[in-house]
Amino acid sequence: MGIEVEKKAGFDTESAKEVVKELRASFVAGKTKTYEWRRTQLTAMLKMMDENEPQIVAALTDDLSKPELESSIYEIAMLKNSCKLALKEMKHWMMPKKAKTSLTSFPSSAEIVSDPLGVVLIISAWNYPFLLSLDPVVGAIAAGNAIVLKPSEISPSTASLLAKLVKKYLDCSCIKVVEGAVPETTALLEQKWDKIMYTGNGRIARIVMAAAAKHLTPVVLELGGKSPVIVDSGINLQVATRRIIAGKWGCNNGQACISPDYIITTKDYALELVDSFKCELERFYGKNPLESKDLSRIVNSNHFARLLKLLDEDKVSSKIVYGGERDETNLKIAPTILLDVPQDSLIMNEEIFGPLLPIIMIDKVEDSFDLINYSGAKPLAAYLFTNNKKLKEKFVEKVSAGGLVVNDTTVHLAEPSLPFGGVGESGMGAYHGKFSFDTFSHKKAVLYRSFAGDAAVRYPPYTAGKLRLMRALLGGSIMGIIRALLGWSKP
Amino acid sequence: MAFVSAGLFKHPTRCYRSTSIIGVGLLGTSTYRHDYKINRVSFPNSIPSSYYCCATLSTTMEEVKPAFDADEAAILVNGLRKTFNSGKTKSYEWRISQLESISKMVDEKEKEIIKALHEDLSKPELEAYLSEILMVKSSCTLALKELKQWMMPKKAETSLATYPSSAEIVSEPLGVVLIISTWNFPFSLSLDPVIGAIAAGNAVVLKPSEIAPATSSLLSRLIGEYMDQSAVIVVEGAVAETSALLEQKWDKIFFTGGARVGRIVMAAAAKNLTPVTLELGGKCPAIVDSNVNLQIASRRIVAGKWVCNNGQACIGVDYIITAKEFAPKLIEALVSAVEEIFGKDPMESKERSRIINSFHFSRLIKLLDEDKVSEKIVFGGQRDGSQLQIAPTILLDVPEDSLIMQEEIFGPLLPIITVERLEDSFAMINRKSKPLAAYLFSDDEQMKREFVHNVYAGGMAINDTILQVTVPSLPFGGVGESGMGSYHGKFSFDAFSHKKAVLYRSFAGESPTRYPPYTPGKQKQIKALLSGNIFKIILALLGWFKD
Repeated sequence: MGIEVEKKAGFDTESAKEVVKELRASFVAGKTKTYEWRRTQLTAMLKMMDENEPQIVAALTDDLSKPELESSIYEIAMLKNSCKLALKEMKHWMMPKKAKTSLTSFPSSAEIVSDPLGVVLIISAWNYPFLLSLDPVVGAIAAGNAIVLKPSEISPSTASLLAKLVKKYLDCSCIKVVEGAVPETTALLEQKWDKIMYTGNGRIARIVMAAAAKHLTPVVLELGGKSPVIVDSGINLQVATRRIIAGKWGCNNGQACISPDYIITTKDYALELVDSFKCELERFYGKNPLESKDLSRIVNSNHFARLLKLLDEDKVSSKIVYGGERDETNLKIAPTILLDVPQDSLIMNEEIFGPLLPIIMIDKVEDSFDLINYSGAKPLAAYLFTNNKKLKEKFVEKVSAGGLVVNDTTVHLAEPSLPFGGVGESGMGAYHGKFSFDTFSHKKAVLYRSFAGDAAVRYPPYTAGKLRLMRALLGGSIMGIIRALLGWSKP
Repeated sequence: MAFVSAGLFKHPTRCYRSTSIIGVGLLGTSTYRHDYKINRVSFPNSIPSSYYCCATLSTTMEEVKPAFDADEAAILVNGLRKTFNSGKTKSYEWRISQLESISKMVDEKEKEIIKALHEDLSKPELEAYLSEILMVKSSCTLALKELKQWMMPKKAETSLATYPSSAEIVSEPLGVVLIISTWNFPFSLSLDPVIGAIAAGNAVVLKPSEIAPATSSLLSRLIGEYMDQSAVIVVEGAVAETSALLEQKWDKIFFTGGARVGRIVMAAAAKNLTPVTLELGGKCPAIVDSNVNLQIASRRIVAGKWVCNNGQACIGVDYIITAKEFAPKLIEALVSAVEEIFGKDPMESKERSRIINSFHFSRLIKLLDEDKVSEKIVFGGQRDGSQLQIAPTILLDVPEDSLIMQEEIFGPLLPIITVERLEDSFAMINRKSKPLAAYLFSDDEQMKREFVHNVYAGGMAINDTILQVTVPSLPFGGVGESGMGSYHGKFSFDAFSHKKAVLYRSFAGESPTRYPPYTPGKQKQIKALLSGNIFKIILALLGWFKD
């Protein structure tokens, strides 16, 4: 029933308020807090994916012409893994964690209890519209929250499929999908949430956080940035090239927040690298990549135009060494490599988020660290290909980014033991695996004491003796304690 | 003022920058204790530093014209960013040396610190020692002991998806951070976060509260004297200076204070996508069951209320909930604990902090003198405006809609709410904003479990008050209206670190399945692999071999 109201164009502040009210009532009733509820919901989500894989793949084809294999792996399988991991580990995650106690509170015991936060809002993105919508939902469910999901209106087929499936498979009184664009999102953002998780770009993220500030709502912001790849010489070039291609064009045709944005390599190695790209790209996508079924299209004409603007800038278009073809009717741009674009070009100053890959040349590979850090905007990911152990160490020490991968790209996303999230301009907060659970939990500190162990020294009147004892006790000197105790017994 | 001791003049050049900022900042603050401020502002003139003198001279005679503006804040941040970019603050040695300096500073200046706290709050010496000096010292000691361990990358498991590989989580400093602190524990709430920020390898600006001016100025002076001036800076001041600071881009803002300003801080942080930790307050309830050791429970409540900065603590007990028929007994026990601890005339006791200033004094009087409230006083109620003292005051059955039950009390007034069944208190607490702490006194195991399970709060203590903050293995922080993020012990280190995920692979372990063209055979294989069915994997692999 709720869904019908929400789907109307007139989803305004009032409707948003109603949605939150209903969810808050469910939350306060304690429904979402039980292990049983969480388990049931996650199981239902798994079932939903098993039963609807073709529909999901079709929606993704509709929105992005996403190749089936990419959809199966990056959207469906990843999400299933998340669900399965949560189902397997949730009991353990929910368990209070014992904490050591110290002398100051002796005798006592302590634990850290994971409480759900309450009613949370998840605003997701269009590039992995299925995964980036439901993966946070898995965390929010596992942590015991009531949830509103706002999928991106830029991938409408997936958004409406999500609304339909979530309603059918999940508990409607606690989990709702609200479809819509700016007005709907604005109406949602006016409400008081207990957490907002936003995936998208830095401009909107600022709006989200400012809205959150009004209600003191904590936020997770999953943004992007220009994720660099440093390519050292003396490596297995074919493998490196393939792994870069997999992270760039094999990830939604470059429309991924952790996709390689640009490459840094040395002057003497660049041509070899370009040759290797040409060879592997042709092997993967054929002589006419615009025809390849293994490349997503550009999501819409806005983004298509944006990318062409980057590509057709005067000082840039002359730098194309491979690709550059475009097909406006099908919103396709061929994998394109640019060599030696100027640092002040548009393409080097905004996140590309598409199939264009500039290569920057430097004299010494070590200089790349400064180049990356120079802009001050920390990227979501940074990659290095090298066999040099020293260089690896330096890279990890010096390059600040959400996450790093050495000798591969984007695969850190698939490791639930690693927190996934940005820093600085690439965002704040992290999720995946247990980090998702933690992101949607409050860690409540609980100290237990008995009525034993009450020391008069704690209370005024503060005699000189008490002060001495306290200092000794807390200074940890045994002799001091004894002396003070003796002194204190005859004040 | 006698307080402006030799320390400053011994090292004029090392601390000129921060003192100048401070001296000026104070002019813009409230009018409370005006004579004191004049003193503070005029002493810098004797410091032979042109920078300082300019700043002060231009403003000493004028009204409110903060010399520390956005431009100056920008210069300050720039300088710190340079230091940070040089990698100086990132080294283990630097962090250790700075932590040792704090430790040394606290040891050497204990008397001055206690004196400043006395000046600002009439804080009793033992309280000052325990809750301010000792907190800082033990934080330092712990950080010094554990830092190497904390800094070590944490190995993470890797899975089949990226096989063969290894992974770790690396803690890296965030950069240049701003710590805005508060007046009630002006020393520990300033330095405790600084310890975390330093331990994590950041450059730091600390803005102490102008409402505790003696401690603020002491902090500025001591940090100027003891700490690395290229990386740890104190900026004194009030709204204007804080606004100038908030306009800058920080890599983290750590704020302790009220929710209203918390919102302003977070909104300012949003402009630069700066993460925040907000340590706020709230109405911390204490539920008292009827089966308890009443003497000890009462003493511990007294300790968490009046012995804790006279109720001016964010985790202090705000109000009590107890069963109707138990209330008289509880009141009797509380009164006798108060008398035992503070004497028959608590107004005369030197063991309680005073109310911080006249503004807060009148705020509290307003709560107390509300029509439907004042008649509910069952103990105390005396006040002395000239000394800024209010006696420990207990009120029974104040109405829910009274001011005193709507806002955080933050002072020596303690309302007792009575309920029919104690279990009802959980819902009552949850109807309000989530408090920073919630307390339960009970001997009933079931009751304890339900309390922990049902009550939402930053932290809790069972059968005691406030001690949860002394346990560094527990995160200290609020939730909802009581804040976000946490610190203490390793949590402080984490609050000022970015957890960088690092995955290492070699060039081995290459599978062509991963790459286009995506043939049907590859699709089958990947799906099998991802579903984890060994039998299917083998089939697919076989299929792949003849693909």
